[in-house]
Amino acid sequence: MGGANGKVAVIAEMEEVGRPSRITLELLGLGRRLASPRGEVWAVVLGSGVKEACGELASRGADRVFYLDHPSLSPYNPEAWTRVLKPFLRERGEGVVLAGHTPLGQDLLPRLAFSLEAGVVTDCVGVRADEEGLLFTKPVYGGNALAGVRVTTPLALATVRSRVGEALPPTHTGEEPVPLPLDPPGETRVLVRERHRLEAAECPLEEARVVVSGGRGMGGEEGFEVLRELARTLGGAVGASRPPVDSGWAPTTCQVGITGKVVAPDLYIAVAISGSSQHLSGMADSGKIVAVNRDPEAYIFQVSDYGVVGDWREVLPAFLTKVRELVSE
Amino acid sequence: MGPHIVVLAKMVPDPEGPPSSFEVKTAEKRVVARGIPPVINPFDENALEAAIRIKERLGGTITLLSAGKNLSRAVILKAVASGADASVLLEDDSLDQALLDSRKTAALLAAALRTLDPFDLVLCGRQASDTNAGVVGLGVAELLGLPAVTLAQRVEVSDGKVVVERVLSDGYEVVECPLPALVTVSGEIGDLRYPSLQAIRAAKELPQRVLRPDDLGVDLPPSWVETVSLEPPRRERRCRLVEADSPAEAGEKLALLLREERVI
Ligand SMILES: Cc1cc2nc3c(=O)[nH]c(=O)nc-3n(C[C@H](O)[C@H](O)[C@H](O)COP(=O)(O)OP(=O)(O)OC[C@H]3O[C@@H](n4cnc5c(N)ncnc54)[C@H](O)[C@@H]3O)c2cc1C
Repeated sequence: MGGANGKVAVIAEMEEVGRPSRITLELLGLGRRLASPRGEVWAVVLGSGVKEACGELASRGADRVFYLDHPSLSPYNPEAWTRVLKPFLRERGEGVVLAGHTPLGQDLLPRLAFSLEAGVVTDCVGVRADEEGLLFTKPVYGGNALAGVRVTTPLALATVRSRVGEALPPTHTGEEPVPLPLDPPGETRVLVRERHRLEAAECPLEEARVVVSGGRGMGGEEGFEVLRELARTLGGAVGASRPPVDSGWAPTTCQVGITGKVVAPDLYIAVAISGSSQHLSGMADSGKIVAVNRDPEAYIFQVSDYGVVGDWREVLPAFLTKVRELVSE
Repeated sequence: MGPHIVVLAKMVPDPEGPPSSFEVKTAEKRVVARGIPPVINPFDENALEAAIRIKERLGGTITLLSAGKNLSRAVILKAVASGADASVLLEDDSLDQALLDSRKTAALLAAALRTLDPFDLVLCGRQASDTNAGVVGLGVAELLGLPAVTLAQRVEVSDGKVVVERVLSDGYEVVECPLPALVTVSGEIGDLRYPSLQAIRAAKELPQRVLRPDDLGVDLPPSWVETVSLEPPRRERRCRLVEADSPAEAGEKLALLLREERVI
């Protein structure tokens, strides 16, 4: 069965030059948990200026770090990356390869799966080792069901959501990182031309301890002003269900859910959101959930800890004033 | 001459149906949809919309390719009527969701694509709303040796190549590759337009071919993943509703309650 033998390889992603992303550190933590005591966790990092990141990867749980520092690998180019990783993973032959369920991981792992003829499970919300190997859990039917999946090939690949693994505190290790061979990278058919970053949010959604999200019932951009004010007061970030993003009231980077971001803050405030499975898939693991909705039958109340039935236009201003008073005390 | 675009379209139970309409059969490890109609996977609809926009600019033809069991002709007709020129249905009782994994499905679709007129571009959704996997499109590309770009929020064809805006978590990047190619499409591209009644009537006359897996002469590879359990999600909580005489008072009380419980 795929993933047994305690062999784990984590595909690292960089937040910025030389700094591994949070999901990468979480995957190393997860890898440690999955590797048997005799097992080994490898980190593989490709890109430009990545050698600097090797130390941190080693100190956060990687027994061995493999890297390839080359400009043709940055930004992520699927064909260039596949060319390097395919022979490397073919040689490893077994165990599990973990990547974040990010635009990179979602793109890379299925390609590797088909070119290595190895099974892949995407969008995992859980990975566990047992006698039979690894058990992957993932939402299906828009989050209306959770599937337990096993991979039947010796090598298993999985993309994993954020917050499934837990980053380990730094420890000292002395292992030298191992450079990967670079066959002349050659031409790729796919070319990445340019990159556009949206204006960074005041507080990144995935890192926030408090998320204040609005739904279709916010009715427009002005509604989101109120949410921003509330988020600012609570030191949190603003999120949204899909309709506000589709309508342009909130940037696409705010979307929470199965096709947006997955968040698990200490406090999630859902305003004028009905609680579709697609939305719940992105926030149901939050610490405490508060719902404000004028429909007492809205499903969101069934998955919340606290609720107010009412129009947000009347509820939120008073709530905000009181919160301001309380947090400034 | 404009491009020939093939759109891969999967039929799924309407993902916007209420949670109660998805019955999770734990013992059989399958989900049974109750009282909700089949629809084209919304991301595949986005892919069809992307194809129609390209056709509006460049001309050419669009073929809709759908594989499955008991494909609803009404659903296919409506999709074709929104702007396609022909449909190919790969249909058989053996094409059951529960029996096919991404590897088998990709092998089938790749084989079906080989039987079509030469194409310039294959478009499909970034993932299906039932399996949530996002694997098949890339698999088809790999099996056919096509360059592939995923997560498109915009797709343009010009000078023998396709230029894609690819969604990232903090923005997007512009990626291009030569045709023929495969592109998976994200929701940001926009909803599929509605066909007029007249277009629906006219679409009945458009060519439709029905294939069986046997016609393709393809040996299906073994599955490489196995679903061993299926459960309903456990996410319900006990909700404390704040009672008050007015919504404003309820807002205030909510703040006090959250402070009392040390949530804020
Ligand atoms: C393939 C697919 C992927 C999807 N991915 C996602 C995803 O990632 N994230 C996501 O969120 N959705 C996603 N969706 C959409 C999802 O199915 C729902 O349509 C969406 O989540 C509904 O958003 P909502 O709750 O804001 O809107 P609605 O369901 O319309 O609910 C609006 C709520 O606001 C309340 N309301 C209205 N006015 C007021 C007021 N003045 N005061 C208080 N309450 C009010 C109403 O009572 C209602 O409960 C996806 C759908 C598909 C098909």
